[in-house]
Amino acid sequence: MKKPEHITQFRSVYGALYDYNELVQDDRVHRLLYTDPAIFQEEMTKIFGGVWVYLAHESQIPDNNDYVTTRLGLRPIIVTRDSNGKFRALFNRCTHRGTTVCRLGKGSAKTFQCPYHGWTFLNTGKLSGVPWPDGYACDFSDSKFNLAQVPHVESYRGFIFGSLNKNALPLVDYLGPITKPIDEWLDRHPGGKLILSEANRMKYKGNWKLAYDNSADGYHVIFSHRSLLAMENRMEVDKKKGMSFYKNSPDQAPMYVKYMGHGHHFKDKRPNVDNYPGALWDIEAHHPGKEHYEEKLRAKFGDKAGYALDLAASEPVNINVFPNLLILGNHIQVLQPLSVDETNSTWYGTAVVDEAGDFDGALEDINALRMRTQEAFPNFGEVDDMTNFEQIQVGLGAVEDEWIYMHRGMDIPGRIQFNSDGTITAPATDEVFMREYMKEYKRLMTSDPQLVVVRDI
Amino acid sequence: MNQKHDPSKTSHYVSNEFYQKLIADFSDWQRKELEIGDTELRDSCRRFLEREARYLQDLRFDDWLQLYAGECIYWVPATAYAGDPRREVAVAFDDRRRLEDRVYRLQMSYAWSQRPASRTVRMVGNIEVFATISDDIVMVRSNLLIHEFWADETRLWGGWCGYRLRRDDDAWKILVKQVNLIDCDQNLRNPSILL
Repeated sequence: MKKPEHITQFRSVYGALYDYNELVQDDRVHRLLYTDPAIFQEEMTKIFGGVWVYLAHESQIPDNNDYVTTRLGLRPIIVTRDSNGKFRALFNRCTHRGTTVCRLGKGSAKTFQCPYHGWTFLNTGKLSGVPWPDGYACDFSDSKFNLAQVPHVESYRGFIFGSLNKNALPLVDYLGPITKPIDEWLDRHPGGKLILSEANRMKYKGNWKLAYDNSADGYHVIFSHRSLLAMENRMEVDKKKGMSFYKNSPDQAPMYVKYMGHGHHFKDKRPNVDNYPGALWDIEAHHPGKEHYEEKLRAKFGDKAGYALDLAASEPVNINVFPNLLILGNHIQVLQPLSVDETNSTWYGTAVVDEAGDFDGALEDINALRMRTQEAFPNFGEVDDMTNFEQIQVGLGAVEDEWIYMHRGMDIPGRIQFNSDGTITAPATDEVFMREYMKEYKRLMTSDPQLVVVRDI
Repeated sequence: MNQKHDPSKTSHYVSNEFYQKLIADFSDWQRKELEIGDTELRDSCRRFLEREARYLQDLRFDDWLQLYAGECIYWVPATAYAGDPRREVAVAFDDRRRLEDRVYRLQMSYAWSQRPASRTVRMVGNIEVFATISDDIVMVRSNLLIHEFWADETRLWGGWCGYRLRRDDDAWKILVKQVNLIDCDQNLRNPSILL
């Protein structure tokens, strides 16, 4: 008799633990969402297994046989561009005894050999050989001995996602309206293309959702980033550098926050910035090399220099793709949950490329500036946010004080616009995006996704 | 030093030529034939690095800034091979003005990542001095261990430093400090102290 391949079903373990209608209410959510290890484990299946999760950027694996290692939820993953050029997300787990077969962060390899007993796999996941096979009676061409891999791996304009959900929507449908700001974010660059340029890698002792809650939060800026704003404007007379447009009455400003469906949200600060080439650059703070490169680019491009300088300036958007991809400024920020109260937050820098050769070498100068502008926020802004996230986690240790409020903007007539495409628009400091993504969170946490791996190549 | 511009106010010196020289200065400099055995010189460098560590340990940031040349760089690469900072972001890559920005932020009461401020104890050791083609400039390699107390916990930062020091009159000035953390390419918790 054939033995069943799958003998654990997640729903039987945790499904009835909590009533999510109690934990996620219209105006508030329960502290347990941020503190309970059992809920975290359930998220790793129902959220990080149930939806599309960002895995890697194509520019990290530009050639066939290149790979990077990452995680999908907690599952160790090798993202490869295999020998045939196909993107795959292999479980980094030897089918024999469970050892990781790849220990490096990135590289190029046609095969992965398990260091423990020498089983060897092609970068397609196929088992290519085991030592002393005459000691086995089985047929190693059976696909059950191949590395497990994520059944759905798709790329959207360089962003590679994976989903374990057997019934996953096509990626572009999962992304939905958020593709428009992603397109715009890419298309402001030559060729609509970017490559990664190393990263500011950080971590905090707090739940991963604290960063996701924060990612479109216009309410915290003036307070959490008070030191950044003061620093950026310390030598300025008119104090307009950086996110100074949040001062005074941010909800009356033209910027807005928009819920985009499927848990995604979008903070668009572009309407606050004047609409002329060079306007972004003009509110950019003082970065290493600023005056030298600015003078050089102005001399080269004359009255067209604004466009070039804006490529070194930070784009005023937050494009948040649930659950783990946050595109902001010029960064690709990736959230990696490690445990209920520990999260990696990696801020990949991006560099501009000039495949058409339109810039006559000036792109080197633009990137030299752009690297320095990108280091500013992680160094002088994100550290304060992460400290506040950690202190939320401390505060939530108070078990009798159960609720976290996210009701800013609720029940105020005319404040929130429900658009015909299903998106929802609100003033910049509104928390409607949190309430809406939490509805999607509740829907997912009460769903029963069928998670599968594949082994047939 | 450029006479025309004040590097505390504008950044004219960070150019392609500057980056290229920086990369060249920090390539292949720890060569046996360049080692300086002179004990007086080594002791002078050692005392300078110990003073720098003491200023940081005691949060004497203004005194610490005085140890740096006008056209200086404080560089914490995000990779073990350091790379070309024009094409890669670093954990930190500060020119004079940004270093003063950093100190300005650390000294204000709204820098939440340092309120309360970390307490640190700093060990500087394994100091080796290397000659350069300039008589008044040396390269120094040292090991660094920082024991930090922050947010109810203590933790260690470890790495090695490459310094480019210039003798101005009778005092050393730091042209470049490169801090190579052993975990520079890993996710770092609250990287907001000066290393």
